[in-house]
Amino acid sequence: MNKVTDEAHVIEHPFLNISHIDMVFPTDNGGFTALKEVDLQIKKGEFISLIGHSGCGKSTVLNIVAGLYQATTGGILLKNKEVNEPGPERAVVFQNHSLLPWLTAYQNVELAVKQVFAKTMSKGEMKEWIEYNLKLVHMDHAMHKRPDEISGGMKQRVGIARALAMQPEVLLMDEPFGALDALTRAHMQDSLMEIQNELNNTVIMITHDVDEAVLLSDRIVMMTNGPEATIGEILDVNLERPRSRLSLAKDIEYNRLRSEVLTFLYEKQRKVENITSKKTTVKPQSTQSVKEA
Amino acid sequence: MSITTVNMGDISMSEKILQKAKRLLNKMANVLLLPVFGITLFLFLWAIAAQNINTSLGEFPGPTAVVEQFSALYDEHNTERDKAVAFYERQEVRNARKLAKNPDYVVKIRAYTGKETFIDQIFTSLITVTSGFLVAAVIAIPLGIWMGLSKRLNSALNPMIQIFKPVSPLAWLPLVTMVVSALYVSDDPMMSKSFLTSMITVSLCSLWPMVINTSIGVSSIDSDLLNVSKVLRLSTITHIKKIVLPASIPMIFTGMRLSFGVAWMVLIAAEMLAQNPGLGKFVWDEFQNGSSDSLARIMAAVVVIGFIGFLLDRAMLQLQRKVSWDKSSVSV
Repeated sequence: MNKVTDEAHVIEHPFLNISHIDMVFPTDNGGFTALKEVDLQIKKGEFISLIGHSGCGKSTVLNIVAGLYQATTGGILLKNKEVNEPGPERAVVFQNHSLLPWLTAYQNVELAVKQVFAKTMSKGEMKEWIEYNLKLVHMDHAMHKRPDEISGGMKQRVGIARALAMQPEVLLMDEPFGALDALTRAHMQDSLMEIQNELNNTVIMITHDVDEAVLLSDRIVMMTNGPEATIGEILDVNLERPRSRLSLAKDIEYNRLRSEVLTFLYEKQRKVENITSKKTTVKPQSTQSVKEA
Repeated sequence: MSITTVNMGDISMSEKILQKAKRLLNKMANVLLLPVFGITLFLFLWAIAAQNINTSLGEFPGPTAVVEQFSALYDEHNTERDKAVAFYERQEVRNARKLAKNPDYVVKIRAYTGKETFIDQIFTSLITVTSGFLVAAVIAIPLGIWMGLSKRLNSALNPMIQIFKPVSPLAWLPLVTMVVSALYVSDDPMMSKSFLTSMITVSLCSLWPMVINTSIGVSSIDSDLLNVSKVLRLSTITHIKKIVLPASIPMIFTGMRLSFGVAWMVLIAAEMLAQNPGLGKFVWDEFQNGSSDSLARIMAAVVVIGFIGFLLDRAMLQLQRKVSWDKSSVSV
């Protein structure tokens, strides 16, 4: 009919459409523009990594998709429906697991399953489904333990099981392995790839870790530094799956991608810590608002 | 050579045993010996100090006088009970006799109206404090949860709570007394006015720590847990039941323990003035009585009040241990 719909046909109705998002946080001295013109279309089954320096608004993007924040302008369309509140179809894996400490691993997953499938599953089916998900993250041996009785990696596994058990359309992960030690993290990444191989979820994951991003993602979305952070570059990762960290270590393409991300983070978007030089790099408009403060 | 090594082994073995014994002894000393020593020292100083204080009611009671009064109070209790039993027996016999004479006789049964003994008064106090505390809890915990959930309500009520919290029970009591007299008018009262007055005063004073602690507990729930609840789209009721209540249980219990302590302290004062037949009234009556035993009997009551307060606190602690998931919050 018109140009807009034609274009939409070209990108074949994105499964998840993050459409021209601005985020302005009210502060005592006027608004603080955290995000400016963030625009991203995601296909079903795609694994997206958001990478950028801390404070660049990655988490804000994720929280907007989750519905925990409302974008100031622009919006989120999931299967062509607008997102304006949190919901289990966009399950979140939080950075510090956020399991309910008074419930066992099983009960934590159960709370989510009961909430989502109360009408469609019988009690027995729910029990099976909970156990299936805990098995998927290799936590079936400790499912009746409480969070304070298991290690950090195990807690994060239960957090992932809880999110997966909601059978989300999109799985949102906010630095899921950020608080774990390197070995546990590698182990968790392998587990996640294995699960992803089986379920082929649509995933948005925030990470600080370049290797993690390249290893897990189909696309790496690199964000510029805030304020007014936006998407700087998008990198397609066309490495064959299943991927193995050992063989990839020597892979030319892997190392090229890795160095691209590193170049973006440490050359193009080098985080300027020095206050005096910051004034010169920040856009004139925001300098003014800082002065007004 | 070999003999010496065996000896060496023996020595190290016995040394180990010695060390173990030492540690055990240390533990014993901390748990048992030192408290016993402290109490003995206190009794000694008390006895000496008591001998040197002369009041218009005679010498201030020392430990021995108090112990004597304990047994006297217990004996009084027993004689009073015997009297009651005897009274009911006599009544039964009399009624039986009257019935035998006249089959149409309507049997009258009168309750024994002897005076309350010390032990009866302890139970009255326990019942009063528990009901006052429960009334307070029923109001305070839901209110505290609501305040914790709503910042606006918190801002609206907080100043009032801060002002009412430090008010002494003695200031409330006249008001409560008058209000109870005015409003609680019934031909067949379920409970006495003095009980009601004491109970309400206890409630008024033990309300605040519970409200404050509950609201703080609720408002300081980890925001990640709240986000979990939002992502799961829990309904308000499920949210409170599954997230808010369990998360704030440790703080709620801290508040309840504080409140029960306050309630017990307030109760004695309230009973004194309201003449509710509990420990407070016992102390007041003995003071007014002014016999040579009075001070020793009051001192006995002081010991009992302290001991019961301690036991109540321990009971609350046990309850908290049972209910709370956060074992680290349960400390003495």
